[in-house]
Amino acid sequence: MPPLKIKQYAKPKKGTAKRLIKSLWHNFKLEIIISLIALILSIVVNLSGGVFASLITSVITESIKQGRNAFTEFVDVNLLNFATIPANIPTLMFVLGGIYLVGVLCSWTWTRTMAIVTQKYLNLFRIKMFSHMQKLPVKYFDTHQNGAIMSLYTNDIDTIRQFVSQSLPNMFATGLTVIGCLFVMLSLSVWMTLVVLVGTLAMLVNTKLIGGRASKFFVAQQKSLSKVEGSIEESITGLKVIKVFTHEEESFKEFEVVNDELCKNATTANIAGNIMMPINGNIGNFVYVFVAILSCLLYINKGYNLALTGWVRIDTATVFYATLLVPFLMYSRMFSQNVSNFSQQIMFVVMGIAGASRCFDLLDEVVEADDGYVTLVNIKYHEDGTFEETSERTRDYAWKHPHKADGTVTYTELKGDIVIDDIDFSYDGKKTVLKNVSVYAHPGQQIALVGATGAGKTTITNLINRFYDIADGKIRYDGININKIKKDDLRHSLGVILQDVNLFTGTVMDNIRYGRLDATDEEVYEAAKIANAYDFIMRLPQGFNTMLSGDGSNLSQGQRQLISIARAAIADAPVMILDEATSSIDTRTERLVQKGMDQLMKGRTTFVIAHRLSTIQNADYILVLDKGEIIERGNHESLIAEKGAYYQLYTGAVELE
Amino acid sequence: MFEMIKKVFKSVREYKIYAIITPLFMIGEAAVECALPFVMQLFIKEMKPDPAGVLDITFADILPYFIIMLSLTIISIACGILGGRYASYASSGFAKNLRKDLYAKVESFSFENIDHFHASSLVTRMTTDVTNTQNSFAMAIRIVVRAPLMLIFSAIMAFVTGGAIALIFVVAIPVIGLIFFLLARRAMGIFRRVFKRYDALNESVQENVAGMRVVKTFVREDYEDNKFSTASSNLSKDFIKAEKIVALMTPLMNTSIHVVYLLTMFFSTYIILEMAPGTLDANGDPIWGSFAPETMSALLTYGIQILMSIMMISMIVTMLVMSLESIKRIYEVLNEESTIVNPENPIYEIKDGSIIFENVSFKYKKEAERYAVSNLNINIKSGQFIGIIGSTGSGKSSLVNLISRLYDVTEGKVLVAGHDVRDYDLKTLRDSVAVVLQKNYLFSGNVRSNMKWGNKEATDEEIIKALDIAHVDNFPDRLDRVVEQGGANFSGGQKQRLCIARAILKKPKILILDDSTSAVDTKTDRMIRKSLKEDLSEMTKIVIAQRISSIEEADQIIVLDNGEINAIGTHSELLKHNTIYQEVYQSQTQKGGN
Repeated sequence: MPPLKIKQYAKPKKGTAKRLIKSLWHNFKLEIIISLIALILSIVVNLSGGVFASLITSVITESIKQGRNAFTEFVDVNLLNFATIPANIPTLMFVLGGIYLVGVLCSWTWTRTMAIVTQKYLNLFRIKMFSHMQKLPVKYFDTHQNGAIMSLYTNDIDTIRQFVSQSLPNMFATGLTVIGCLFVMLSLSVWMTLVVLVGTLAMLVNTKLIGGRASKFFVAQQKSLSKVEGSIEESITGLKVIKVFTHEEESFKEFEVVNDELCKNATTANIAGNIMMPINGNIGNFVYVFVAILSCLLYINKGYNLALTGWVRIDTATVFYATLLVPFLMYSRMFSQNVSNFSQQIMFVVMGIAGASRCFDLLDEVVEADDGYVTLVNIKYHEDGTFEETSERTRDYAWKHPHKADGTVTYTELKGDIVIDDIDFSYDGKKTVLKNVSVYAHPGQQIALVGATGAGKTTITNLINRFYDIADGKIRYDGININKIKKDDLRHSLGVILQDVNLFTGTVMDNIRYGRLDATDEEVYEAAKIANAYDFIMRLPQGFNTMLSGDGSNLSQGQRQLISIARAAIADAPVMILDEATSSIDTRTERLVQKGMDQLMKGRTTFVIAHRLSTIQNADYILVLDKGEIIERGNHESLIAEKGAYYQLYTGAVELE
Repeated sequence: MFEMIKKVFKSVREYKIYAIITPLFMIGEAAVECALPFVMQLFIKEMKPDPAGVLDITFADILPYFIIMLSLTIISIACGILGGRYASYASSGFAKNLRKDLYAKVESFSFENIDHFHASSLVTRMTTDVTNTQNSFAMAIRIVVRAPLMLIFSAIMAFVTGGAIALIFVVAIPVIGLIFFLLARRAMGIFRRVFKRYDALNESVQENVAGMRVVKTFVREDYEDNKFSTASSNLSKDFIKAEKIVALMTPLMNTSIHVVYLLTMFFSTYIILEMAPGTLDANGDPIWGSFAPETMSALLTYGIQILMSIMMISMIVTMLVMSLESIKRIYEVLNEESTIVNPENPIYEIKDGSIIFENVSFKYKKEAERYAVSNLNINIKSGQFIGIIGSTGSGKSSLVNLISRLYDVTEGKVLVAGHDVRDYDLKTLRDSVAVVLQKNYLFSGNVRSNMKWGNKEATDEEIIKALDIAHVDNFPDRLDRVVEQGGANFSGGQKQRLCIARAILKKPKILILDDSTSAVDTKTDRMIRKSLKEDLSEMTKIVIAQRISSIEEADQIIVLDNGEINAIGTHSELLKHNTIYQEVYQSQTQKGGN
């Protein structure tokens, strides 16, 4: 389990609890009603158990008094000072058994129903969150750490589980029990009830004091725990360096400092946590003792007891014993236990609401805007050079452009003509990343982008596939404003190989087929061959059926890159974007891959971002970027002749970082 | 299993006393918790009207009860607080020692041991697994003792108060206990399986988040959606299966309480009415036999306590079993023996920087079929500059790692200054052989603190000299500049140069640069080599490089291919005769680039 993050104590949005309960109600009305009824019934049963116990005592008393055998005969008994009813032991036990059965069935019904509701609700919630997340713009993922997003699905969902299945019904149940107890206690004695309430107050104060202290210490503990974990992580990651420098002793000493600090903080935090329950439980015991003693004093002094039925003088032993002492002690005990439980739930409720609030934040994020209506279709050429739309996969495409004004549809052949017209761009509205950038990519041309990290190369490609949006008409694809093209279709038309390779859990085959889900096995092999990945895949333990896990951690960086190239090859998109696609492959292997890459790029408009300049020498156009501006453009020969920035990079005079 | 637990719990050490005291307080708490209802019952009995229906009590009569009950409560609160206190001393201290022991153990590991466990797994073992063990330890010393004791005390008290009727419990306890245990085991089994799947689901979310650009690039949002929905719904179904069992627990518990209650009530009324029929007193109130309502309520309190402790015990057992997994993972680390240890009579002095490889072969795992490097015969004189070149996976790093015993040879031997490296004291050897690893690492702190890794006593002047040799940029706050974890705030080339400076500060006899200037521009690269040659001429220098320009002026260049030496020679010799070298050279010159 990941450590509780400190920031989780951040204030949740108002109305979160209401929203959570509302959405729960919306999805599971029937189940919730059933649970509520069952819950209330089971509490009533719990409370009435005590009444029955005293009733049975009365029956015995009465039967001895009246000289009857309560096993076979009915006797009249007084029910809670309210009414007189006839009863005998077998009936009473039978009724009691029946009530218990109902109670058990009820509590089974609600725990089971709520458990099922919780799981179903969490499932709905998870799916909704995930599905919503898929639609969020890339910007969301730039501005939120992966770890923070993950913790929504793990920690936060778990706090919601706790809240829905435990805290909500328990608070309801304990709350109702407390009210019920209070009513019964008041009906017995107002004085004693006041004593109990004073004890309750003490419990709440204790909870707040120690609980408050505890949470402060827990935050301190959490901080030093993350320090220790950070220290462990750093030394383990750098363990080989530690060994090479025989630095074991020093790093051990450093570790000891943080480790000791953690021990100190953990001790204080746990002490506070450990003593909360014993104290609260024993306040209950104190109340019990005081109630007992006070009742006795009342009796000894023949005092007046204020009950719901009015003032009663405690002058006979029987009245004192049967109406005051015995039942009251029982209810006061039940009352304190429930108060103590209730206060325990508060922490979970606070955590649950905070967790739900963060999940709702994700659901409230605005999804990627897509007002595009131009779609990508396959076309079939006729002999005379004209074409028509087809549902077959022909590898020839056109943009289908419906015109709202007159209801007509026009088709534009997909050629791969991409024009970027003088754009400025900033991710955050403050720092300019691109300034006055214009790029003209004619069909079939290879455009190379060169420049240091942060020069804005990847940003340009991010704008072409609309990971980020830019003003209307600044980027045109075959003459069409890309904002008018449906996002999915725009992206289908672009084959992208990213610098950071991400593979998914599944077989090698699955991972390559990710590029085109309906590709046949043969097509997968073919794509692997193009990427020069076929040979190494065949050498894997199960060939194409080898399972990859943990982002393909069982493969080398270079091998992962080859698979990602194969994945793009099978997608067979008409325009390619290669973002440092071969950066992790050594120079000799790269030459082999290059052949396949050339095949991929042949006849297609291609944007290439490369670290090693050797791979882009044949580009039609090379754009050199520096701090968001294009400082040089031309082909390899002309740029070398210019003896500018490109020349310096090429000759290795400047390092590219 | 026993040996495993014993070994892990050895780390308790100085906190043993707390681990022993805590259960004692818990016994105190449990005893009071049982004694209190007993005293209360005695008290209520005392308050019972006498046969004449008269109850003549004075304050002096009730005072002893008041004092006893109050002191019991105070004892209970004291035991609770002290127990809670010592339990946290014991558990936090145990965790501290456990982490310390693990840390020390891991630091003694050889590279082979480290590879065996993987860095990420070691981190988990030292963090999450320790926390799990700590929690179950804390629970063990507090509740494991308490729950069975409660069970025993309550049973004893039940017999003392109820006599024969307590036999109901004797019958009920084993039956209920068994049912709970079976249910808990079944539920835990399902849970354990479900949790694994849950982890897998979370992992796939992680993949999705990390690969979001890939998902969007290939327009696979719907596909991912479906995949996730299916997995999540299946998981949900399994969870419901387990939850249904859990939902049975409380009602079952209640049923047992009720059944016991009804039985108790039935038998006690039976005793009162049939076996010891009461008579009336002067007031017309009944005279109770040996069995009174208050006895019954005390008996029930014990009954509930007994059931509660049974439930506790069955839950604890299953939870402890679950934490065994963590204990096992910790034990594996503690029980691992470092594969590289100091010889018995080590040599503490290394005379020069000469290196000889005699028929050396090496593989990473004994069971591996392929050798990483094989049949290596190399003779390096002290002070020479050696270049090593070869494609990825050709064994370049494996070769140099054998010199400072980061790994031990499988066959043959490596000699430094005429002695087998396995005869030297490890610290002496590694202090004399400085390696700048390919996967290098700077530690959080500042430049000075990182440089002192090379030499604790290094003065600022010495550090500056080393930085100059490595051509680390002369930024203004050169020595005090903050270094973030892993050196994340430095560029790749800058980081590499800092690592070289750090190695130079050790004043080693042999300096190994494993692809350590790949991100450095060619001009600076050349200048670093020049400084190394001029300022540190007597040091043996071994350079692994991708770029031919980095090694062309070496005294000897070793061309590795598939773990074997393809050729050894100077740049001009190799250029003439070696095809691999020619190929690499061509790929870098004809088409240019870095």
